[in-house]
Amino acid sequence: MIDSTFTVNDHKLPWREGLVVQDALDMMNYTFKMLVIKLNGYLVKKDDYASTPIPQDAELRVIHLISGG
Amino acid sequence: MISPQQYFTKRHPIAFPIWQSSVVGIAGAGGLGSNIAISLARAGVGTLIIADFDTVSIENLNRQQYSLAQVGKSKVEALADNIKAFNPFIKLEIHHIKVNPANLNSIFSSADILIEAFDDASQKEMLINTWLELFPCRPIIAASGIAGYGKNELIHSTSYDKLHIIGDMQSELEPGISPIAPRVATIANMQANLALELLVVNHNKADK
Repeated sequence: MIDSTFTVNDHKLPWREGLVVQDALDMMNYTFKMLVIKLNGYLVKKDDYASTPIPQDAELRVIHLISGG
Repeated sequence: MISPQQYFTKRHPIAFPIWQSSVVGIAGAGGLGSNIAISLARAGVGTLIIADFDTVSIENLNRQQYSLAQVGKSKVEALADNIKAFNPFIKLEIHHIKVNPANLNSIFSSADILIEAFDDASQKEMLINTWLELFPCRPIIAASGIAGYGKNELIHSTSYDKLHIIGDMQSELEPGISPIAPRVATIANMQANLALELLVVNHNKADK
């Protein structure tokens, strides 16, 4: 049997029932604060990181923003 | 007085009329925004909406398109003066205000595309998230990783559906050191260049 997975910025990670977006950030050790996150193409708001479930085979894009302009 | 026919010569026959009828929003009028606005005004975008709360200071002159005589003036007013000096036909809507989630809609609702030209990462994040929530079908072009000099090969454009980001995605500002003119202007002009491309692509899609 093939284990279920999802991807974060093209890194494949093991999926389990109940995973939320914040779990994925923790699994990737992403500590930076200024982010834009898209889950399967849909924007996830900061307030919803801890409550937005990650579906099986999902594609999560975490975009880190750096100051300067 | 010069006429629009005399002024707008040698323009692209297909793209230029699209740009003339377009509205581009620019959030921020600093190192990125002042360069973006000037390039888009020269290219012939019909209307620019520019918002910035700041005034011109001496330390801005190392990379921003202002003069010593404009120090102390609001950036949006100074930029409008500088643009009108070479393009009297452009329509400029300027807002001397700090953009926030509550006023973004009223400032930029008529923009076909928004260009993020802020300094601070938290402001960039606010602008992108608010724009994509308000207008999920309209593009936003942001910048991330502009600090330093050289390293041309690292500067690139990445797209996530309607969100486009240009920069090297890694160079952090060092404390006390501003972004440096050529690199910030390069990224600003890549943002402007992409905006011109997206205006034409989206116009052609809308026609079909």
